[in-house]
Amino acid sequence: MHLNLIRFAFALLAGLLPLTPALADTVRFAWLALDKDVRYDDKRTFFRTLSQPPGNPYAGAEVAMRESRFVGQALKIDFKLDRATGADTSALLAQLDRLHAEGVRYFLVDAPAAVQAELGRATRGKELLLFNVSAADDALRQAQCQPHVFHTLPNHAMQADAIAQFLVSNKWRSILLLEGPLAEDKLIATAFERAAKRFGLKITDKRSFVLSNDPRQRNQGNVGLLTAGSDYDAIFVADSDGEFARGVPYRSVRPRPVVGSEGLVAEAWHWAWERHGAPQLTSRMIKQADRHPGSADWAAWMAVKAVVEAVVRTENAPFPKLVAYLAGEDITLDGFKGNRLGFRPWDRQLRQPLLIATHNAVIERAPIDGFLHQHNNMDTLGFDQRDSQCKF
Amino acid sequence: MRIRPLVSAVAASLMLALSLPAAHAKGTGYVFVSSENDNAVTVLDGKTHQVVRTIQTGERPRDMKRSADGKTLYVIASNDERVDVIDIARLEVVRSIPVGEDPEMFDFSPDGKRFYVSNEEDAKVSVIDVAAGKTVAEIEVGEEPEGIMVSPDGKRLYVTSEVANMVHVIDTASNAILANIVVGNRPRRFAATPDGSEIWVTNELGGSVTVIDGRNNQIKGTVAFAPKGFRADDVTPVGIVMTRDGKTAYVTLGRANHFAVVDVASRAVKQYVLVGQRAWGATLNRDDSLLYVVNGLSDDVSVVDTKTLKVLRSVPVGRVPHTAVIDD
Repeated sequence: MHLNLIRFAFALLAGLLPLTPALADTVRFAWLALDKDVRYDDKRTFFRTLSQPPGNPYAGAEVAMRESRFVGQALKIDFKLDRATGADTSALLAQLDRLHAEGVRYFLVDAPAAVQAELGRATRGKELLLFNVSAADDALRQAQCQPHVFHTLPNHAMQADAIAQFLVSNKWRSILLLEGPLAEDKLIATAFERAAKRFGLKITDKRSFVLSNDPRQRNQGNVGLLTAGSDYDAIFVADSDGEFARGVPYRSVRPRPVVGSEGLVAEAWHWAWERHGAPQLTSRMIKQADRHPGSADWAAWMAVKAVVEAVVRTENAPFPKLVAYLAGEDITLDGFKGNRLGFRPWDRQLRQPLLIATHNAVIERAPIDGFLHQHNNMDTLGFDQRDSQCKF
Repeated sequence: MRIRPLVSAVAASLMLALSLPAAHAKGTGYVFVSSENDNAVTVLDGKTHQVVRTIQTGERPRDMKRSADGKTLYVIASNDERVDVIDIARLEVVRSIPVGEDPEMFDFSPDGKRFYVSNEEDAKVSVIDVAAGKTVAEIEVGEEPEGIMVSPDGKRLYVTSEVANMVHVIDTASNAILANIVVGNRPRRFAATPDGSEIWVTNELGGSVTVIDGRNNQIKGTVAFAPKGFRADDVTPVGIVMTRDGKTAYVTLGRANHFAVVDVASRAVKQYVLVGQRAWGATLNRDDSLLYVVNGLSDDVSVVDTKTLKVLRSVPVGRVPHTAVIDD
């Protein structure tokens, strides 16, 4: 009787899963990161600056692997994640080649933009995909774009557009822009200037700040002096490092909100997001990482989930077919942000809503109501097809 | 000390009541609506729709089920990880049954002796013995199990996993998983034809219903929804209910603020009807003449005449209403 039941169950499973091979298939992921990445330095994460990662995002990938275990068992597919690090790009390339030879096809790259760009260039044409999970630089989606490099983290333009939509919807239209000295700061400022033009904000003044107590640079180091002068509705701080930005709120001459790199930010994820099943995902991430999750954690999680979704829906199809599905319009990814997510065909950036948040509350979700697009409202954030300079 | 004998007496009478065959007495006519943010169940008069009473429950009340004899209402209190038992005659919580972490939906065995509850955090289904008030078994399923339904004959348990995008089919005799069926994205809730031959499951992110053959666990078809003027992204089906003859299904479409009327045999969408914001819960009265749609973001319930498909009225209820149960 019991044996019959088991047989019946197996017959059912076999009938359900035409792909079921004699042996389990293995789908392999690898995590590539630098030996030392200053972004996750304890001294930096300690301050919990809003626009900075709260910790190493590897935890996000681990959560996604755990979530995929059950579906893997049911479909007789093993999902496996390796972790490799290297001192620089060439060391990472060597790791990548080794893992690729072992059968890894999906690489999650956790590195700054320069490394991402070089890895992308060096691996073009190979049977593999790279997922950029932690570099927001616009250039990776524009001039440096690659057909096999997918981006799950939102880029600067998306973040700036989300903030601009928020400012416009509040009728806070004149903005003081504070820009830092680093090349990365300029990228954030440029993205905001673009967004301001796109959504009709007025930048009343653009001032450069430096992180210094040098009295000779007082005009640039003192928030009071930087924020004096003609009036504005809000202050946008473009600070890739976050150290200066965290000292701007409440130090301005005028009582005006601070947005951009502190105060109010636009992020892929925020632990305070409460809708669309978000608390469950956040709680899994906290269990895994022993800290609250941030955008890069979500982006790493999403990258694994995207591949798993494509594996499930295509019944683990051969690589080209699987990639076509992954990159195509039919895929439906669940990012716990309410919308169906998928990759933009013109630059492989993941379309997604952004959470506009303070330190402990999500104030809005962009695209904000009323910002419409002829095809998909999420394309009001970042590079729409007509703005794309990406040529694969 | 004085309360205890009373509670156990009530519990004993509940047990007795539950073990009796399901003889439907005429109900009170009340409509019960759980409100997640009020920690309460609102009791409405079925005719006037005036609030009769507000019953305080555990934190975040969500799914509700009435016992087969109609005397008792069971309410999940998600944040308190328990099921509160409301005596319908007294309109009071008379007992609480502890369940697993973060429960959302549940369903009873046909004899009313057990219920099955999905625990989102644990990726488990707990099997609860009602009389004993204890968990008698746990079944591991995919992450974030949510929708749960016992087949009409009681032999199968269907559970959705929101994260694995699967429906698990569980044998209620052995608690073993018989099949895992990949359905649309973010599967949420179930309805079944009276003979159990078709199991319908809503796919919130997939924007569709997957129709599963209850006999062989194969997918028989899908129903897609495209109400006019809405983009695919805004069509998020969650709630579903079928008429007792199994001919018509009503599917609530979440962000699209409509519900769909579907002919079960042909799987054709007959009509879309405008209701409130984030329409989720759907409940029919006993003779299927009225459909109650619970609108989570407009804090109201739409009462719909199923013949004319006109919304008769919108009744304000508590904050973030989840489920309506009609005691008619």
